[in-house]
Amino acid sequence: MLTALPPFLIIATDLVAAFLFLFGLKRMASPVTASSGISFAGVGMLAAVLVSFLYVFGVDPAARPHLAVNAGLVIVALLLGGGAAWWGGKKVAMTAMPQMVALYNGMGGGAAAGIAAMELFGSKTRGGKELTVTLLGALIGAVSLSGSLIAWAKLDGVITKPLQIRGQQVVNAVVMLATLAVGGYLVFAVHGGTALPTAMPGWIWLFFGGALLFGILMSLPIGGADMPVLISVYNAFTGLAVGLEGFVLKNPALMIAGMVVGAAGLLLTQLMAKAMNRSISKVLFSHFGPAPAHKQGTVVGSLKPVEATDAGIFMRYAHSVIIVPGYGLAVAQGQQKLYEFVKLLQAAGVGVKFAVHPVAGRMPGQMDVLLAEAGVPYDLIFQLEDINAEFEHTDVALVIGANDVVNPAARTDKASPIFGMPILDADKAKKVYVVKRGEGKGYAGIVNALFYAENCQMVYGDAQAVLIKMITAVRGLGAGPPSKK
Amino acid sequence: MTGFVALYVFMLAGFAGWVIIGRVPAILHTPLMSGSNFVHGIVVVGGIFALLNAGTRLEQGIGFFAVLLGAGNAAGGYAVTDRMLAMFQTSATASRPAKTVRKHATPAKTPAAKKR
Repeated sequence: MLTALPPFLIIATDLVAAFLFLFGLKRMASPVTASSGISFAGVGMLAAVLVSFLYVFGVDPAARPHLAVNAGLVIVALLLGGGAAWWGGKKVAMTAMPQMVALYNGMGGGAAAGIAAMELFGSKTRGGKELTVTLLGALIGAVSLSGSLIAWAKLDGVITKPLQIRGQQVVNAVVMLATLAVGGYLVFAVHGGTALPTAMPGWIWLFFGGALLFGILMSLPIGGADMPVLISVYNAFTGLAVGLEGFVLKNPALMIAGMVVGAAGLLLTQLMAKAMNRSISKVLFSHFGPAPAHKQGTVVGSLKPVEATDAGIFMRYAHSVIIVPGYGLAVAQGQQKLYEFVKLLQAAGVGVKFAVHPVAGRMPGQMDVLLAEAGVPYDLIFQLEDINAEFEHTDVALVIGANDVVNPAARTDKASPIFGMPILDADKAKKVYVVKRGEGKGYAGIVNALFYAENCQMVYGDAQAVLIKMITAVRGLGAGPPSKK
Repeated sequence: MTGFVALYVFMLAGFAGWVIIGRVPAILHTPLMSGSNFVHGIVVVGGIFALLNAGTRLEQGIGFFAVLLGAGNAAGGYAVTDRMLAMFQTSATASRPAKTVRKHATPAKTPAAKKR
């Protein structure tokens, strides 16, 4: 009776945890309940981790002499890994969120790969089916680990340029096929009964090496604009790897949580790719190349700079303003100042709305989070399809640090690499101000025709500095009551 | 667990994930990616199981890192997601300073929302 209790407790708790994960994710589907959703999932996680210590009552006979050491290692690893990541997650700036998600995701993939490695080195899986699943999970987990780390390095600015080599796809394919061949050989050799996996450590290392190398090769050539999609792919990968290792360990909680994330990540990836009008395979296998030279010639008009103060005052006397934030705002940490400016405009009776492109920033919804951080109520924030028709009737479109997502070339220029991508029609507003650090191009490396348009003026400078000037200018007019409406 | 029962679990779980995410508005895409990232942090439980059953130095070493990484995935994923989600608020609650609202776990339940 006593020996049956720990396994029962573990299974029952895992069941509750799996329910809480699903329930929590469901609540995250609405901004009103989202915050409690993560709490439910958190309770499930905590319970599952605590109860997993009961595994000490049923360890392998081979591991029993090491039990005290192993349990100590578990506690140290939990405190060290959990503590460091918790601290990092609490401290990091909101703008650095995408790379943190990439980093934590890579860690999950690494953990799944690690579990697989222990199964293999300990010869714990012998059946052909189990071995295949173990190796599959190991492959996906390892790719997710190294790929996510490269994604993290790129987003964090450690690696600055997309690295493209000739015949990249051929190299990738060769590495992948070689890794699969090694895996196939392992399954064949073990299932055929010739050897235990332990007897072939060289082949196991080779397998993991190939998988890690593939993850690096897969991430390196992908440019910044496609990064969100890539992270989402790896998120789905890690989920899948966790689910597969859950099958090997006969742990339904891992299976359910992993597969839910795998499917959800896949759908999220699709939604994102759709928002950019790029297929997932295009993102992964054909990258934004260097922009062809002819694009320089298609632009007519000139760049017309304007002072921040003039632009600020003009908006103060406008009826309606739509603000299009982009990555530049995040970099300049200008979200607080932006909302301060918006509140000034609102006090003066100007109707202000925010238009957020699905892939503005380096992660879908990053701008929503950033604006939320500054305290902007989310009913002022509109998504592309809800607001695009309004630009025509709007006095001023204020584009802050966004570029490719307002480039009209996506509508008109068939030769442009972003042709077909849905964009915010900021160019249709009566007046467009673009706040920008300099005359550089966006992440896709394309000249933006909007900047040269007749109704567009450029406000050069760091977004936060520009906004401070605008705020000072509008304040200087006096905070009189709304003169109209 | 037999293979086919496992396949049923995979199928239903995959379908559940697909349906749940399908209804999420774009505004929540980043927190959601982060939230699902947190959920696969459950891998730490698998790591704990594997490490407790480790029999050799090599297994102990790999297991240590598996638990370390898995714990990082879970703890970091929770911290980041919680911070993001705590920031969502409506016009009703936005009249209060952002910082005080942020401290409450659920902005929807703050008194300002109830006043309406």
